Amino acid sequence: MLLLHRIRRDWFSSLRGDALSGLVVALALIPEAIAFSLIAGVDPKVGLYASFCIAVVIAFAGGRPGMISAATGAMALLMITLVRDHGLQYLLAATVLTGLLQIVAGYLRLADLMRFVSRSVVTGFVNALAILIFLAQLPELIDVPLAVYPMVVGGLLIIYGLPRLTRVVPSPLIAIVVLTGLSLVLGIDVPTVGDKGQLPDALPVFLLPDIPWNLETLMIILPVSVTLMTVGLLESFLTAQIVDELTDTPSDKHREAKGQGLANIVSGFFGGMAGCAMIGQSVINIKSGGRGRMSALLAGVFLLLMVVFLDDWVGRIPMAALVAVMIMVSIGTFSWQSIADLRVHPKTSSLVMLGTVVVTVATHDLAKGVLTGVLLSALGFARKVGQVLVVDRFLDEDGARRTYTVTGQVFFASADRFLSEFDFREVVETVRIDVTRAHFWDLSAVGALDRVILKFRREGVEVEILGMDEASRTLVDRLGVADRPDAENLLGH
Amino acid sequence: MTSTTKDANYEIPVDGTVMACLDVSQYNRSVVDYAAWASRRLTAELQCLHVLDDKTRRSAGVDFSGSIGMDAQSHLLDELAELDARQARIEMQQGRAMLAEACARAEAAGAHRPVSLQRQGPLPRALTELEDGVRLFVLGKRGESADINRDHLGANLERVVRSVHRPILVSPRAYRDVQRFAIAFDGSATTRKCVEMVCMSPLLAGLSCHLVTAGSPPDGQAGIDWAVERLQAAGFDPQTHVESGDADRVIADRVEQLDIDLLIMGAYGHSRIRRMIVGSTTTTLLRNCRIPILLLR
Repeated sequence: MLLLHRIRRDWFSSLRGDALSGLVVALALIPEAIAFSLIAGVDPKVGLYASFCIAVVIAFAGGRPGMISAATGAMALLMITLVRDHGLQYLLAATVLTGLLQIVAGYLRLADLMRFVSRSVVTGFVNALAILIFLAQLPELIDVPLAVYPMVVGGLLIIYGLPRLTRVVPSPLIAIVVLTGLSLVLGIDVPTVGDKGQLPDALPVFLLPDIPWNLETLMIILPVSVTLMTVGLLESFLTAQIVDELTDTPSDKHREAKGQGLANIVSGFFGGMAGCAMIGQSVINIKSGGRGRMSALLAGVFLLLMVVFLDDWVGRIPMAALVAVMIMVSIGTFSWQSIADLRVHPKTSSLVMLGTVVVTVATHDLAKGVLTGVLLSALGFARKVGQVLVVDRFLDEDGARRTYTVTGQVFFASADRFLSEFDFREVVETVRIDVTRAHFWDLSAVGALDRVILKFRREGVEVEILGMDEASRTLVDRLGVADRPDAENLLGH
Repeated sequence: MTSTTKDANYEIPVDGTVMACLDVSQYNRSVVDYAAWASRRLTAELQCLHVLDDKTRRSAGVDFSGSIGMDAQSHLLDELAELDARQARIEMQQGRAMLAEACARAEAAGAHRPVSLQRQGPLPRALTELEDGVRLFVLGKRGESADINRDHLGANLERVVRSVHRPILVSPRAYRDVQRFAIAFDGSATTRKCVEMVCMSPLLAGLSCHLVTAGSPPDGQAGIDWAVERLQAAGFDPQTHVESGDADRVIADRVEQLDIDLLIMGAYGHSRIRRMIVGSTTTTLLRNCRIPILLLR
């Protein structure tokens, strides 16, 4: 009954919205799947089969209803070298391996690590993704017939202009149809999708990747698969977060990880490349009224039907039309607000965001960008918390005893400052250091205190430490602050 | 917090409120009436609860343009949030009006200090969060989203029964005064608990009491004797009815024949596995009986 209820809620609660949005998404997926195949350096059919397999499998196995997954640019960028050096078959094997790794990641609950990915890193990720998608279009814009440029501009005008007149038809589709029609009628000689490689003419079939199944192969594909797994999961979790926020409903990230894994395994065996969730497409899906699992399933099915039965026509689509659609996707994915925010947000946050973008764009690897962002935000945080340290001094009336009261966080980032707060040149009989309201987080902190004691002793000063037990509890009982009754005093400075 | 009396491992709430769980369905009136009746008998405070539920029904306007412009995501978020906010405000106002009406009705029926309360759904979760201060939940047999024409239980009812640990009074569409009640008894721990509860609670004191047993209970006559003894000690004059046959059929027949006004039974079977099976005696009786059923965990 509970299962039945869940099935009804996930699949059938918004059937009409899901059916229509599934169609809109399928139409938007076709140009993307083709474009991303070309980025990876494989035939368009590889991306189209992948998009079909992934969308359909995720509809059943995913943890976030309403999210769209298919072949993506972020993943395609990571495959270029593997495809160029070893060929398609190795890519298929790497795709299957990526899926296996993602299933393992799902069982290891790696999604929990997402809490270390700060908002600024997410913004950086999204911006970097948009820039990468845009940069990937440049080869289609450089060294091409002049007619391409007006076609791209015209396409963009239709894409952004038509919704002002009517929102009932997908404007990217109209742009593609109009540009294709124009190029055929006027006989404009521009590169078309058909020039770029083989399109699907049949349903995908199950095939084992044609590779030597040995350790050497594994060593070739493993590094690629590990990166693909990371980037795929990152983008999927981020997209799931976005969809959670948009629909105000929760999702199961661990199930999503396993679902992505299964989808990639199926994709690999049916001749598709690895993919993941797509931010732009998911936003389009939600915008078009898609909320349930049905929209992803229908998007996959519609996509395959259209491509297989209209393959002659798909082949004649000018690349200029695809470029226009992809420029729209990159504009829609980019967070333009973040540019205005640069002026008002804290400098450290902006640094994290920009660091993520720069490293990603330079390496074409979102995993490296996110790692940079996470490290930068951790450093920024440590620096800030290191400032939550106050040392008060108090001298007895007779001038014989000096009391230092330490309040705040002592750890590697604040150990030096802690040390500099003590006046070793002062001549007193005893020094009392009250650390009851301080936290000693690590060995650097303890080391700093040891040095303070030693230095005073060498000056012939008697040192007394108060409240060391409380202060070092964080060191012993790992990370146990909340149970301290005075916890708010420690932080509320 | 509710204090509980521990008696032979049974936990029976002895204070807390009576909570009438209302929505915009035809069952509201009888739910309020039965809740008022219980509140009167238990001299417990009555709370009328409305749970705002089901966000999935909300959807944005028609936009199949499939294009995403600058900051598409944050614009869409603003749009959807505004839409949700508008609908939530309407639902909240409707709910408040409904609660005011319910409280007035309860007060007229002599309920003890009716208070109204609104919470965000889903319903089962809202109820489990509130159950600490509650002695008895009163729910309609079918909710607003259920189809009245079929013998279909409210989608939420079954989930509520599974997740809530307090007694639940499931009300039919029409209220009638309670004179005679029956306990569905099979000698199991759950039905023994029902007997204990009847004995300890002022809810049914002084009413005509029947003990209905289908087939032969595992511990035979001994279990029935125990129940009769307990009930007599509590001042009841129980009449026993033992009959062979399917539990649901026997109980339903007897309820009709004896003109019973309230049926008391354990909520779902005793084992985990049996609880999973839809179509247990409880579900069948819930579906078919036209009288209120008091379910006990």
